[in-house]
Amino acid sequence: MAVVDIKTKKTAWDRLQLVRMIERPTAMDYIDRIFDSFIEFHGDRYFSDDAAVVGGIAMLDGMPVTVIGHQKGRNIKENIKRNFGMPQPDGYRKALRLMKQAEKFNRPVICFVDTKGAHCDEGAEERGQGEAIARNLLEMSKLRTPSISIVIGEGGSGGALALAVTDQVWMLENSIYSILSPEGFAGILWRDGSRAKEAANIMKITAKDLKGFGIIDKIIKEPFGGAHKNVDKVAEEIKKNLISTLDKLNSKPVEELVQSRYEKFRNMGEYSE
Amino acid sequence: MNNLFKRNKYITVSKEPIKKEAQVEKKPSIPGGMWAKCAKCGQTIYKEDLESNNKVCPYCDHHIRMTARERVEFLTDIDTFMEFDRNMKSVNPLGFEGYEEKLGKSVESTGLNEAVVTGKGEILGEEAVICVMDSFFMMGSMGSAVGEKITRAVEKAIDLRLPVIIFTASGGARMQEGIFSLMQMAKTSAALGKLSDAGLLYITVITDPTTGGVTASFATLGDVILAEPGALIGFAGRRTIEQTIKKTLPEDFQTAEFMIKHGFVDKIVHRRDQVKMIKNILAIHRESGRR
Repeated sequence: MAVVDIKTKKTAWDRLQLVRMIERPTAMDYIDRIFDSFIEFHGDRYFSDDAAVVGGIAMLDGMPVTVIGHQKGRNIKENIKRNFGMPQPDGYRKALRLMKQAEKFNRPVICFVDTKGAHCDEGAEERGQGEAIARNLLEMSKLRTPSISIVIGEGGSGGALALAVTDQVWMLENSIYSILSPEGFAGILWRDGSRAKEAANIMKITAKDLKGFGIIDKIIKEPFGGAHKNVDKVAEEIKKNLISTLDKLNSKPVEELVQSRYEKFRNMGEYSE
Repeated sequence: MNNLFKRNKYITVSKEPIKKEAQVEKKPSIPGGMWAKCAKCGQTIYKEDLESNNKVCPYCDHHIRMTARERVEFLTDIDTFMEFDRNMKSVNPLGFEGYEEKLGKSVESTGLNEAVVTGKGEILGEEAVICVMDSFFMMGSMGSAVGEKITRAVEKAIDLRLPVIIFTASGGARMQEGIFSLMQMAKTSAALGKLSDAGLLYITVITDPTTGGVTASFATLGDVILAEPGALIGFAGRRTIEQTIKKTLPEDFQTAEFMIKHGFVDKIVHRRDQVKMIKNILAIHRESGRR
């Protein structure tokens, strides 16, 4: 049984379709609107520059920050270049390099999450996709600078989590965040990827579900019809929230910041004993 | 040396038990009756031989999957293992249909409450916190209870200033617990970050199979990463990759041998050498040895 949101009349599957639209604003659409003088940096210093992840430095209302995001294409051509926002291990290693750089220079880190999942092919396995993601989880959990990530579209699997072990995790109203894409989930549990719609509606992947579980901290409202209807407004809303939250996080002693980030993830999970 | 114990004479015994072949073949890792057939080389093996050889095929060295209890017994000195959180169980946070039944079946068939056994024990006299996953419990998948048990074990090791050894065997994150399972990857990795900052040793022993969310969290974070010969190690499933790239992958793809070649494993260690090897690594890292 699909749960229909009474106010918006949207199921999880409806939202998934919405965030997969080519018109859906991407990380760069927000970066261009929220920050001043963004300078993109490239490469992981080991193997390549993965275009599925963008990152660099910028100013946020006068404050230096590091910005990283999964980058989907805004058309087919760009999507091929960006691999539909599905990173190779090199993308995660680039992200980690930029985060460690941010730590060194005391810049807060802001991540935009938008991926169906980490890319899978021979090269990804040969270069240790698992290790690249794991390393990010470990390092982000103890990064000695404030961090915020915002799920702007699809937050799929470990490939999304690898940019989301942050002090705060926010989601745009229509975005989704899940253990696996509904296609993959249905494939694993029922050996039938075509039951994705059914899967999406029972997986509890909407911003509202995850806020209810205490997995995310904030939901950013979208205009009627979705973020693409008024990107400026959504960007403005994100910017306003970033400034006020970073003010608070910046004033915390770093030990306290890292410890409360640890406890935040430490306390996730339901079990009995 | 090991070859001395190969009992080749068993090949010549009556063919009678081989009639059970079809039946045994379905469950190659759980030998029924007196005889088992190796899933890799097809040889018929006397069950007692297999047990005395730590479930390694005496003909082809195929490492058959062990249960967590078998492995704890194989690894630790007699009467030294003290189990943690034995009674911790999974709940059904998403209200996923059929999950409780599935858990119940695994509890019944394995005698465990969850897919990992954690505790403290001694390995040839070296004390360590030990976590052993069990692939017979819902394919060793990681839900909240597995994540919590591993995190607590790591935190306990920090308190006691002990090294941690995790034997991984897992199909990945447990789908039925959705986002809660995903967050266990962050939780366990964060705990291992603390362990690392405390200057304590973490050894991973990757066993067959280790994939998905476990590969993308604690399995690949060891200071030292050992693997069993032939173990499947990977992030994405073979079928998923084959569908993506539209070609068939080579036989050795995502094996321990593939991973050592690509630089993600320190050493492949045959089961008969594991206890000694782990003891030696622990001894070299023992804190009292520092100057």
